[in-house]
Amino acid sequence: MDIVLLGLNHRTAPVALRECLAISKDETSVALKAFQELPSVREVMLFSTCNRVEVLMVVQDKMNSVDAVKSFLSELKQLPVSEFEKSLYIHEGNDAVRHVFRVAASLDSMVVGEPQILGQIKEAYHMATTTKTSGVLLNKLLHRTFFVAKQVRTETGIGDNAVSISYAAVELGRKIFGTFEEKKVLLIGAGEMAELAVEHLIRNRAGDILVANRTFETGVDLAMKFKGQAIRFDEIEDALKQVDIIISSTGSPDYVVTRNHVKGIARRRHNRPLFFIDIAVPRDIDPEINRLSNSYVYDIDDLQGIVDENVEDRNKEAIKGERIVDEAVISFRHWYESLEVIPTIVELRKKVEEIAKGELEKTLHAVKHLSSDDIKAINRMTEAMVNKILHDPTMLLKNSGQLQDKSVYLDVTRKLFKLDE
Amino acid sequence: MEPIFLVVIAFYLLSTIGYFIYLFLQKDYLQKTGFYLLAAGFLCHTVELGYRLVQSGHFPVSNLHETLSLAAWAIAGVFLLFQDRYRLKILGIYAAPLITIVMVISARLPNVPSETQTILKSVWLVVHVVAIFIGEAALALACGAGLLYLLQENAIKSKHRGFFFKRLPSLELLDNTGYACIVAGFAMMTFGLITGLIYAKSIWGRFWSWDPKEVWSGITWLLYAALLHQRLTVGWRGRRAAIMAIIGFAVILFTFLGVNFLLTGHHGEFTRM
Repeated sequence: MDIVLLGLNHRTAPVALRECLAISKDETSVALKAFQELPSVREVMLFSTCNRVEVLMVVQDKMNSVDAVKSFLSELKQLPVSEFEKSLYIHEGNDAVRHVFRVAASLDSMVVGEPQILGQIKEAYHMATTTKTSGVLLNKLLHRTFFVAKQVRTETGIGDNAVSISYAAVELGRKIFGTFEEKKVLLIGAGEMAELAVEHLIRNRAGDILVANRTFETGVDLAMKFKGQAIRFDEIEDALKQVDIIISSTGSPDYVVTRNHVKGIARRRHNRPLFFIDIAVPRDIDPEINRLSNSYVYDIDDLQGIVDENVEDRNKEAIKGERIVDEAVISFRHWYESLEVIPTIVELRKKVEEIAKGELEKTLHAVKHLSSDDIKAINRMTEAMVNKILHDPTMLLKNSGQLQDKSVYLDVTRKLFKLDE
Repeated sequence: MEPIFLVVIAFYLLSTIGYFIYLFLQKDYLQKTGFYLLAAGFLCHTVELGYRLVQSGHFPVSNLHETLSLAAWAIAGVFLLFQDRYRLKILGIYAAPLITIVMVISARLPNVPSETQTILKSVWLVVHVVAIFIGEAALALACGAGLLYLLQENAIKSKHRGFFFKRLPSLELLDNTGYACIVAGFAMMTFGLITGLIYAKSIWGRFWSWDPKEVWSGITWLLYAALLHQRLTVGWRGRRAAIMAIIGFAVILFTFLGVNFLLTGHHGEFTRM
């Protein structure tokens, strides 16, 4: 019996193929049930995100199960096995365990340290428990996985720094303003990154949002989206007196805000800091503004530079994460090996014998008048009792190979007698 | 030197080490350790000063050794108060070494008793000295906040973030803390100067005698008054305020030490070696 994982991810398969093989929620429960029907599969769970499709199984016979899963996927997705076979990776034993830990800890993600993956795995596991396709091994493995993922997140800086342009801008703003409460934001133009940055700021409790657009109607629509207020393009200069953060993303060939605009209003603003985020190419904000006191200008290259640095930092932190994963794999292996029959029987016997021996000594110590023959007789009786008590459980465990799932019996035995302490 | 003096220095030194490790590793418990070590040092220091007061019967500012020790004590006390209020954890990286250095210098100076002991028994004088020291301690912290502000602003402006960017808090917090230190420091200094004037009147019969220390204290006071005025009217903040806080503290240092060594006057006694 072994743990086997097969799957494909962003490194092994192009997006076109991942799209074809992505499995929806409804399909997942169908697939889980189908896999469970397979005679060689004991436990199974399945997770599918935009970057990966993975099947994690506890199997009796590896080759059979893997082939069965492949052909099931091929049938479900109407795609010949040969189309995706080359992109598949198959891990077993320690490698499978390590892979699950790495994926959950976001060490295997496209953007290392992205936090969503853990939630997705939790959901997939929940699915497996509700369809009752997970058992002792997967339960233990997944609980270890969640623990490891959390440990990697708290003990390394893997998720510390922003790795998207809009988030990097927000993080920078935090170093200027501390908090965004009551800070007013002006969005000039429109665009995905700029709007994302505004959304981040709103989530961080920024104050009023102003939107300026060359086409006033577009501005009004955007302002509605952010529950803000639309202003006309020629009102920008006036708005600079009251806003704190300016996000600009227009198609304008010239600077929308120039040094003179800002210089003129510094006194009116009581020199409160101004933070310009310029996402436009060509640039909207005169870079000379950065030289004025209490004004800070970051353009898209500056922000990209931060993102690149942060990605590098995350990769460095990932090395620490790998070490944590390695340790966890070893400790899981120990638990897994303890599920072997013989060591469990030996430990069980040792435990019961120790109890008998301890109690015997206590009694003989208290009762002094016994002859040596009496003592021998009591010893023999104790031994016989130990043997008789252990006989049935030992036989059951030894023959557990024929049972549906010996790991259940081993696990219960270990828990009943507290053999893991 | 009393052994307790060494204990005080040891606490301050350990606190400094704690803050330095915090700067590199950024673990919160290190910062807390530094803080509590400093607090322990401050307590011992208070006991030590009290002991001195009881033993000699006069306020311990009769020579440079005692004056510096009192200055370090004031900085430690004001820092602990501000830390509790403003949560500017990283300021310890400035305050703890400053306190330690002042204490070490003090420890290396001879403790010679002075002849001016009689005047050191006046309540006005004690209030004058304590208020001035607390005020100047707050202004020393303002200088620290200003230095940190300049480091962080440079990191943001130059777009080369480097070592300090991650470790220092937001510009706004640094600026606000510096401002609060200056307001508190200025208020205490004003109070200290007024009590000083009253004391001067009571002992020499006139408020102001153009003693160099008085003149420089006046200059210092005007400097901070100007800084506060500019902030309140046209919003002098950020870089300019930070630079002014640093210059202001440099002038204080000159008033505190330089005047006594380079010029002569009736304040000379307190920094005699």
